Amino acid sequence: MTNVQTRLTFDGRPVGAPALRFEGIEMVFPDGTHALRETTFDVCPGEFVTIVGPSGCGKSTLLRIASGLNPQTGGSLEVDRSRIGYVFQDATLLQWRTVQRNVELLAELEGMPKAERKRRADDAIATVGLRGSEDKYPKQLSGGMKMRASLARSLVLEPSVFLFDEPFAAVDEITRERLNDEVIALFQRSGFAGLFITHSITEAVFLSTRVLVMSARPGTIVGDFAIPFAYPRSPELRFDPDFAHLCGEVSHTLRGAHT
Amino acid sequence: MSVLRSDAPANIGLAGEQADAIVAESIDAPTKRAKGERFPWSRVIGPILVFLGVVVFWHWMHTNGMRAIFDKPGFLVPAPETVIHESFFDPIARTALLNGIKWTAFIALIGLVITILTGIVLAVFMAQTKVVENTVYPYLVTIQAIPILAIVPIIYSMFGGGEYPRVIVVIMISIFPIVTNTLFGLQSVDQGQHDLFTLRGANRWTRLWKLQFPAALPNIFTGFRISAGLAVIGAVVGEQFFRAGNKPGIGIVIESYRQKGIYPQVWGGLILAATLGIIVFLSFGWLSNAVVGHWYDPRRR
Repeated sequence: MTNVQTRLTFDGRPVGAPALRFEGIEMVFPDGTHALRETTFDVCPGEFVTIVGPSGCGKSTLLRIASGLNPQTGGSLEVDRSRIGYVFQDATLLQWRTVQRNVELLAELEGMPKAERKRRADDAIATVGLRGSEDKYPKQLSGGMKMRASLARSLVLEPSVFLFDEPFAAVDEITRERLNDEVIALFQRSGFAGLFITHSITEAVFLSTRVLVMSARPGTIVGDFAIPFAYPRSPELRFDPDFAHLCGEVSHTLRGAHT
Repeated sequence: MSVLRSDAPANIGLAGEQADAIVAESIDAPTKRAKGERFPWSRVIGPILVFLGVVVFWHWMHTNGMRAIFDKPGFLVPAPETVIHESFFDPIARTALLNGIKWTAFIALIGLVITILTGIVLAVFMAQTKVVENTVYPYLVTIQAIPILAIVPIIYSMFGGGEYPRVIVVIMISIFPIVTNTLFGLQSVDQGQHDLFTLRGANRWTRLWKLQFPAALPNIFTGFRISAGLAVIGAVVGEQFFRAGNKPGIGIVIESYRQKGIYPQVWGGLILAATLGIIVFLSFGWLSNAVVGHWYDPRRR
């Protein structure tokens, strides 16, 4: 099911060349699990694409393939991996590093000069609102603050393709909404190509320019919805009748995908 | 409880001594009290009551118990005040015992340093490839399984009775917990954190140095603590056989008092040996707290 005519970026321009392109992707794990079949879609700069689907349908596998953590077993993939951002389900902060040093980690692994990575980390920490917590250790942070630190860590590399693997599944509703606002602010600022995985239809519709629905395993795309609301999106959008209507359509397709 | 789980490998095939050390780990270093909070009397009163109970029981064993229960003379268990007086207030006995414990501590320390260095290097190699792990591990288990008392005479025949054979005994008895705890720590790094390093194309060395090693530090310190206690035991056990050499440790001093039938000093020597073990255990606990205490959260890894 689809309502897409012309694909637009968040600021209403027609999309350009894709930054990330899956073409007939197949994924069969060594244990025989058929995770993905014939999966084809692309994400362009300025697009925020969210995938919803039943548990275990291979959504996360798509991100692992895109990032190169798991190579696909069939089909082709086009992506520039040099500036890829990846936010995991867990914050995966290094417990022995302070927030500051955690945020600097990826830049450090890239071999970025100390002064440069310090400057970028300072920026990223300010962006996610962690000023004042630079010297704290992960065990002193709340779940939401850990996710902020994790976001900041990815921001340091100024990603052009940003992958999010159910990053806010473990935080409470209020925190999640606040983090959603921040992701949108980041997206508007840099216009990366975003690919977001979630279980929450509301979160998907709220964040995205496009929502894709995946079928149960072996997963493939069964729905493609353009989400036309203008950015920045205010929290009140969640109570808009058009918003509710779109959520309903996505939900309907998702239920069809389940069976 | 995650602390116990993270220490689990140290427990493989180990005797009660290590098991005690593992349990002690979960008690953990005292937590700082906020201002105005009441003094935790329960932590102090319990041990004091037990101590008084032990002293009273000990005294009773001397006066009545040995005769009544075992039909043995009471002088085998001298009264506590006699032990303290004759061991630590008599200058000759005190000098002999303190010199003994000094040499024992010296041997244990040398052995422990060698154990720690080789143990960590070994664990790092084992963590690199399954092949090395599978090759080395059975022999570590074997070393651990050899009854140390049975092999000490053989070591004595081969190397004589100087310091080095005693150090060998210390290494043999204390290396297993270091290797297993370090290895466990290196291998149980969170998969997501590994993915993070993989994404940035980190090489093996970077991964080891910036991820696995720091992540394993709490486990490594647990290994230190267990091995340190064992090192003291190993040093004393070794001395029971190695009477030769010009550095008589506390084991030798105790044994020579026993042969002369002077029991207060035997018990005094035991107290000193136990004290050394406790000091070593507490020092490593303190060191662990100083190094990883500010970031390590035992409730979760």
